[in-house]
Amino acid sequence: MEYFVIIISAIFVSNIVLAQFLGICPFLGVSNKVDTAVGMSFAVLFVMTLATLVTWLIYHYVLAPFQITFLQTISFILVIASLVQMVEIILKKISPPLYQALGIYLPLITTNCAVMGVALLTIGKDFNFLEAIVFAISNAIGFGLAMTLFAGLREHLDLMEVPAGMRGVPIALVTAGILAMAFMGFTGLV
Amino acid sequence: MAKVESSFKNMVLTLFIITLVASMALGGIYTLTKEPIETAKKAAQEEAIRQVIPEFDALKESVVDPVDGSEPLVFNVGYKDGEKIGTAVLSYSNQGYDPTTIKVMVGFRPDGSIYNTAVVQQKETPGLGTKMELPSFRDQFKGKDPGKFDLRVANDGGDVDAITAATISSRAFCAAVRRAYQTYKNEWEDEK
Amino acid sequence: MNQWLNFTKGFIRENPVFTLLLGLCPALAVTSSAFNGLGMGIATTFVLMSSNMVVSVIKNYIPDKVRIPSFIVIIASFVTIVELVMQAYAPSLFKALGIFIPLIVVNCLVLGRAEGFASKNSFVSALIDGLGMGLGFTFALTLLGAIREMLGSGSLFGYTLVSGDMILVFILQPGAFIVLGYLVAMFNKIKKSA
Repeated sequence: MEYFVIIISAIFVSNIVLAQFLGICPFLGVSNKVDTAVGMSFAVLFVMTLATLVTWLIYHYVLAPFQITFLQTISFILVIASLVQMVEIILKKISPPLYQALGIYLPLITTNCAVMGVALLTIGKDFNFLEAIVFAISNAIGFGLAMTLFAGLREHLDLMEVPAGMRGVPIALVTAGILAMAFMGFTGLV
Repeated sequence: MAKVESSFKNMVLTLFIITLVASMALGGIYTLTKEPIETAKKAAQEEAIRQVIPEFDALKESVVDPVDGSEPLVFNVGYKDGEKIGTAVLSYSNQGYDPTTIKVMVGFRPDGSIYNTAVVQQKETPGLGTKMELPSFRDQFKGKDPGKFDLRVANDGGDVDAITAATISSRAFCAAVRRAYQTYKNEWEDEK
Repeated sequence: MNQWLNFTKGFIRENPVFTLLLGLCPALAVTSSAFNGLGMGIATTFVLMSSNMVVSVIKNYIPDKVRIPSFIVIIASFVTIVELVMQAYAPSLFKALGIFIPLIVVNCLVLGRAEGFASKNSFVSALIDGLGMGLGFTFALTLLGAIREMLGSGSLFGYTLVSGDMILVFILQPGAFIVLGYLVAMFNKIKKSA
C-alpha cells in the first residue's frame, strides 16, 4: 500500500516535470519528436535510479554518520557527474547498441536537475532504501510520461497555424501549461 | 602564460587541490554559521509556541507517544512564575491534499481548552488549502473545549467550518488538532 | 570589450530566462510571488558572480580535460555557502525556495557562463558578466513572480492591491508555464524591434 501511494503520487499527483518543475530543460529541449523523447526518458530512468541508489548510500553511510550533511550538495553533484561518465564508458564497452540509443542523451543528463532533484527529495522525505528506489523509478516514469505526451502534442503543433509571435517556445510553454492543468486533475487522488 | 598540460599527474593534482581548498572553505563557513542556524531554528519553533500558549518565562520539552501508537509528538509546557500556563503540542497529519505532511502547533490551557493554533508546515494548494494559515480559519478553534466542540468539519458532522473549496485540507488540519487533543487529554488525565 | 554592453546584455538581448531559455526550472518553480523570485535571483547572482571570478583567475592552472569537474566543484562550494548563510539568516526564505537552492548547482546558466565566458575572459570582464547575467536572471524571476502574484493573489511583494479572490490558476503550476510563454513571446518581439 505504502509503495502504491509512492508510485501514484510520483507519476501523476506530483509529476516531476509538470508539478515540481524539475527537468524543464530536456522537457522543452528534446521533445520535438516522440522518438527522441522516449530515448531521453530511458536514459533518465537509468541514471536517475542509479544516482538515487548511490546518493542514498552515501548520505546514510558517509554524510550522516560523520555529521557532514552540509557537504550534501557538493558530494551529490560529483557523484552524479562521475556516474554519468562511468555509465557512458561502460555502455560503450558492453552494449554498443544501447550506447547508440542512449549515448547522445547521457552528457545532457548531468545538468538535468530532475536527477539531482530526485536524489535530494529522497533524502528530504526520509525514505528507506527500497522506498528510495521505488520513488526514483516512479519519478523517472513520470518524467517519461510527461515527455512523451508533450512530444506527441508538439508533433501535432508543428502542423498547426500558430500566430507568428507565438511560434516555437512560447506556444510550447502555453501547451505545457494546459498539460499541467490536466495533471492537476490527479491531485487529491492519494 | 601557457596553459597547464593535461597530463595524468596534473589532472589528479588539480582536482585534489580544488577539492581540498573547497572543503576547507566549506568547513570554515559551516563552523561560522552553525550557531546562527541553530538559533534560527530554535527561534522559529519558539515563535510558533509563543503564538499558541499565553506568555511564558520557561519551557519544558517532552516527547509523548500518542494513544493510537503513531509517531511521538513533542510537548512544550510553558510556565510563568513557576506555574503551568499552557502546553504546546506539535501535531501532524498526512491526510492533506499534497503528500507533504501538515504540521500544526496546538496550544492548550491547563483546563484543556484550546488557546490557539499555528501552522508550522504545509504545502497545500496555494490560495485554497493554504488559507488554513489565516486567522479567519484558525480563529474558530480559539478558546474551544474539544470535549464539547466536535473537532471535525461540518460535512462530517462536526462543528468546524471548512475552508471553501478546500475540505480535504481543512479535514487534515482538524485531524492534526484531534491527534494533539487526544494525546494531551491522555497525558493530562494521567497527571490527575 | 565595452564593459557597459557586457553588463547590460543580460537584461534583454541575452536575458538568461526569456531569450537564452536557461535556468527555467527555478524560474517556473519559485515565482509564485515576487519576493521569492527576487530571493532566488539574488542567490543565483551571488553564485554566478563568485564562480565566474574564481574560474577566470584559475583558468590557466586547470588542465583542459578536468575543466568541467573543477568548475562543478567550485560552483557547488559557492552553492553550499549560500545554503548555509541563508539557513542562518533568512530561514523562512530558505524554506520557501526549498530544494531549488541546492539545485542552483545544476542550473545550466551558471556552468554555461563559467565554461563559455569566464574561462576565456579576464577577471574584470568575468565579474561584470556574472553580475549582469545574474541581475538579468533576477529581473526575469522578479517580473515573472510579480505578474503571477498580481494576477493570482492580488498582491505585490506581499502588499495587498486588490482584496478578494483572484485568478488562482496563475499561482498554480499551469500559470507558471503560461505566463512564461507569453513573456518569451513578448521578449522575442522586443528583441526584434530593438
